[in-house]
Amino acid sequence: MAKRHVTTTVNGEPREFLCEVDQTLLDALRDELGLTGSKEGCGSGDCGACSVMLDGRLVCSCLALAVEAEGREVETIEGMADGDRLHPLQRTFLEEAALQCGICTPGFLVAAKALLDRDPDPSETEIRYWLAGNLCRCTGYDKIVRAVQKAAVEMRAEA
Amino acid sequence: MRSIQYEAPATVDEAVARLAEAGDKARPLAGGTDLIVQMRSRLISPEVIVDVKNIPELLQVSEEGGGFRVGAAVPGAVLGENEAVVAMWPGVVEAFELIGSTQIQGRASLGGNLCNGSPAADSTPAMIAAGVTCEIAGPNGRREAPVEDLVTAPGETSLGRGELVVSFFLPPRPARTGDAYLRFIPRTEMDIAVVGVGVCVTLDDGGTCTGARVGLGAVAPRPLLVPAAADALVGTRLDDGAMANLAAAASAACNPIDDKRGTKTYRIKVAGVLARRAAGIASERARSN
Ligand SMILES: Cc1cc2nc3c(=O)[nH]c(=O)nc-3n(C[C@H](O)[C@H](O)[C@H](O)COP(=O)(O)OP(=O)(O)OC[C@H]3O[C@@H](n4cnc5c(N)ncnc54)[C@H](O)[C@@H]3O)c2cc1C
Ligand code: FES
Ligand code: FES
Repeated sequence: MAKRHVTTTVNGEPREFLCEVDQTLLDALRDELGLTGSKEGCGSGDCGACSVMLDGRLVCSCLALAVEAEGREVETIEGMADGDRLHPLQRTFLEEAALQCGICTPGFLVAAKALLDRDPDPSETEIRYWLAGNLCRCTGYDKIVRAVQKAAVEMRAEA
Repeated sequence: MRSIQYEAPATVDEAVARLAEAGDKARPLAGGTDLIVQMRSRLISPEVIVDVKNIPELLQVSEEGGGFRVGAAVPGAVLGENEAVVAMWPGVVEAFELIGSTQIQGRASLGGNLCNGSPAADSTPAMIAAGVTCEIAGPNGRREAPVEDLVTAPGETSLGRGELVVSFFLPPRPARTGDAYLRFIPRTEMDIAVVGVGVCVTLDDGGTCTGARVGLGAVAPRPLLVPAAADALVGTRLDDGAMANLAAAASAACNPIDDKRGTKTYRIKVAGVLARRAAGIASERARSN
């Protein structure tokens, strides 16, 4: 069967790829575009490891079809650092040891950035609810929440 | 390889034509948070996917006749940001926002939640309580149907071949009317309702209930409108006796499954308790507007 040709924007750059109709956006990012930062933890919308922004909304890329990216804007973890300069969240995750194995980390970072971009000063409860769709089997979450709080303080100071 | 086609038409007419032509082999795609999960687990294998998210009418939220018209594919995250809708029908919006995580909210729609046909769909009992109707487009034109008429059995709807839910009409809210939705789940986020209850009440100046609607989810093969539960409230001042009658009527309407997430007896009991609590919240809201 003929593959579909998709023209989209990924991290601000125009990109094109070929995909099967039933291929997920996550698989296309990883396998067709070589952007392997987004992870597959479950493939069923439960873990958030595949989190990306699609037209400015936080979504699970494992529950979007690659063909749906046609004409839309996708932002992934690969677009988060500014060259060699880490995003404040990436830095505070390292400083606060908010990761161990790291498989959940790209998803947490993309989701946490989406939160701080709309609410620069969320409460701990708001952070925990916002990130409820991101699972981590290693850290126990407290260090992740602290890293997000610390990044929020730094980002407010810079703004 | 099995052939599978994807189309993203820009109009309702084109979508309906494609769905009608392909019949059972076709599925509309809204947020995909049910459809793609089911495709990936090979529960279903559609041959034609009709993505409805390029049709402006399915993505619009607009005022209409004192109420709101909400496109069937509008994601929860978008409706939750609409302050006017939240102010008028907080129960419908809180039920919709309970669906999944932030990521799921970025895609999940009211149309998908209803048409997936789950008896436990969170937004459905809330829409039933608020008296929401759907506009349905099909090969023979458009029709309106109350939300409670859509789901017929688990995974089954009354939609005919080629029919698509285009939008929902949230009616104008009468004076001193409030709605609320509560569900019971074993954890606080990311779970499927063991029981869900939507209640809407209207009070008169003196605090007597003049109208009520009660919707129940996860306690029968399909979401239910329960007139007997509403009747327990109408004409009363929502005193303890009326609330006890409401709870009894809600429990009596249940015909639930027994599973590891909740036994039959437990679901029946909890339906009554939640109906009462939801009616309490709805009446507080009714008094304040
Ligand atoms: C991690 C996770 C958590 C979840 N949590 C909850 C929860 O707490 N509560 C809950 O109720 N649900 C939950 N769900 C289920 C799901 O997210 C909801 O049912 C959601 O509202 C479905 O909407 P959608 O737009 O993604 O539908 P889709 O998956 O796009 O469609 C669902 C079904 O409806 C049909 N359909 C879609 N739109 C239309 C239309 N306009 N007209 C006719 N048919 C249509 C599709 O063909 C498909 O059969 C969860 C799912 C996941 C993955
Ligand atoms: S891989 Fe997408 S949510 Fe787990
Ligand atoms: S660091 Fe291992 S899953 Fe989160």
